[in-house]
Amino acid sequence: MIGLADVNYFEPWWAQLVKAVVIFGVVFAVLPILTVYERKLLGRFQNRYGPNRVGPFGLIQPLAEIVKFAVKEPFRPTTSVGFLFRIAPAIAILTAVSALALIPWGNVQDIFGTRFGLYGIDVSVGPLYVFAMSGISFYGIMLGGWASGSKYSFLGAMRGAAQLISYEVSQGLALVGVVITAQTLSLTGIVNAQRGMWYVVPQLAAFLIFMVASFAEANRAPFDLVEADAELVGGYFTEYGGTGFVAYLFAEYVNMIVIAALATTMFLGGWLMPFGIHPPGWVDPIIVAAKMMIFITLFIWIRATLPRLRYDQLMSFGWKILLPLATLNLLITAIIVA
Amino acid sequence: MPYDPSADVIEVVRQPRRGPAAGAYRIFGETLRGMKTTLARVVEGPTTIQYPEEKTPVYPRFRGRHKLHRFEDTGLEKCVGCSLCAAACPADCIRVVAAENTPETRVSAGERYAAVYEINMSRCIFCGYCEVACPFDAITMGHDYELSDYTRSDLIFTKEMLLAEPIERTPLRTPGE
Repeated sequence: MIGLADVNYFEPWWAQLVKAVVIFGVVFAVLPILTVYERKLLGRFQNRYGPNRVGPFGLIQPLAEIVKFAVKEPFRPTTSVGFLFRIAPAIAILTAVSALALIPWGNVQDIFGTRFGLYGIDVSVGPLYVFAMSGISFYGIMLGGWASGSKYSFLGAMRGAAQLISYEVSQGLALVGVVITAQTLSLTGIVNAQRGMWYVVPQLAAFLIFMVASFAEANRAPFDLVEADAELVGGYFTEYGGTGFVAYLFAEYVNMIVIAALATTMFLGGWLMPFGIHPPGWVDPIIVAAKMMIFITLFIWIRATLPRLRYDQLMSFGWKILLPLATLNLLITAIIVA
Repeated sequence: MPYDPSADVIEVVRQPRRGPAAGAYRIFGETLRGMKTTLARVVEGPTTIQYPEEKTPVYPRFRGRHKLHRFEDTGLEKCVGCSLCAAACPADCIRVVAAENTPETRVSAGERYAAVYEINMSRCIFCGYCEVACPFDAITMGHDYELSDYTRSDLIFTKEMLLAEPIERTPLRTPGE
């Protein structure tokens, strides 16, 4: 039997369950606030306020929207493939949420005499697991687009799939540079290896490549050709309304969170503070969240700034510029480390 | 000497500069420049006017809802029911029915007065011709522009409604603005 991945540190089964529920709950409590944060910030970037009517500062806005989406009639086109049409958004959100388990929010902490790792699970395959999940999330997009039975959905899905595959390569290669510098695949191990210096400094090129590829990977502007509303109506989720649409929307935001967390862990030293400051352990998740907010703000800022790329530009940029750069960076890192 | 067009042709480069350095600048330098531009919009702050709470001040000559006037000293109506405003109205939204003033009931300063004076606001185009036509300045255009209502009949303003002091809901622009 082929051995499965090693798990570096794990708690009793009940602690694993509690951690899973807490991580899931916290992330899904933050998600709606994130949507309203994006819209408000985007508004500010365009000299307007954004949603500010429902509740204080418009913070209840997502609640109103979720209620609206939830009570919508679940319709589907006559040409759609019913079973796949329903299961595709579920795949998208499931894979996005599964990747959350790997995010290290902090080191192993002593809470009420039991030692808890402030992460879902610390496996020895860290980034590979995340890439595997984003590889499966491709089926969420592809099936959703194909099962809709509409040409716009199908075109959007094809674009999304091609984009996901071509940028995942560069993204992965950028991370390999970090992995061979840290000599470990465990995400907590990578954070601990950054005690001397955050990898954003020695791996700056990899960081930039990773960020650009991540924008494409999360289907965010300027690489949001998947949902290019001017030409494709809404991309692969054109035919989705109500809860299916919400699932795709949330999957996109969870992907954004995962990528922000991955960038934080891989390049910005996770829960470590600069200049040798060692705060108490309970601050760790706050530090990670703050660093993630920087990336999420960057995502929104870029969305407000850059226009959408043309499809051939996107592809040639991914394969002709980003991939050689990532490979070059990997080669140089490998030579220096070895 | 024959005309040689090639001498007048100027070479125009219609593509960004080639090369790795130019490309890297395009990707990151220009992006940073764009991000600076968008950040400047954040610093500027929103220019939105939060309408129901915050209202755009109108200019003094703004043509809003009509007002009918009385003489301030005697309290008599300025309107003498001559129907010139109704004649001038291109939208035909004013209806005037005149009646004679009697010594017992004196409504206006002239011989006659408007027994019925109605303006159909759903037809009015706010051109201000009625104001121009009026020989006694009895009707003027006010500043009120919030005229929506639930039924069409509610938009027919009677003489009492036009004579009453309007609830000043619209701020007026100060000379500096």
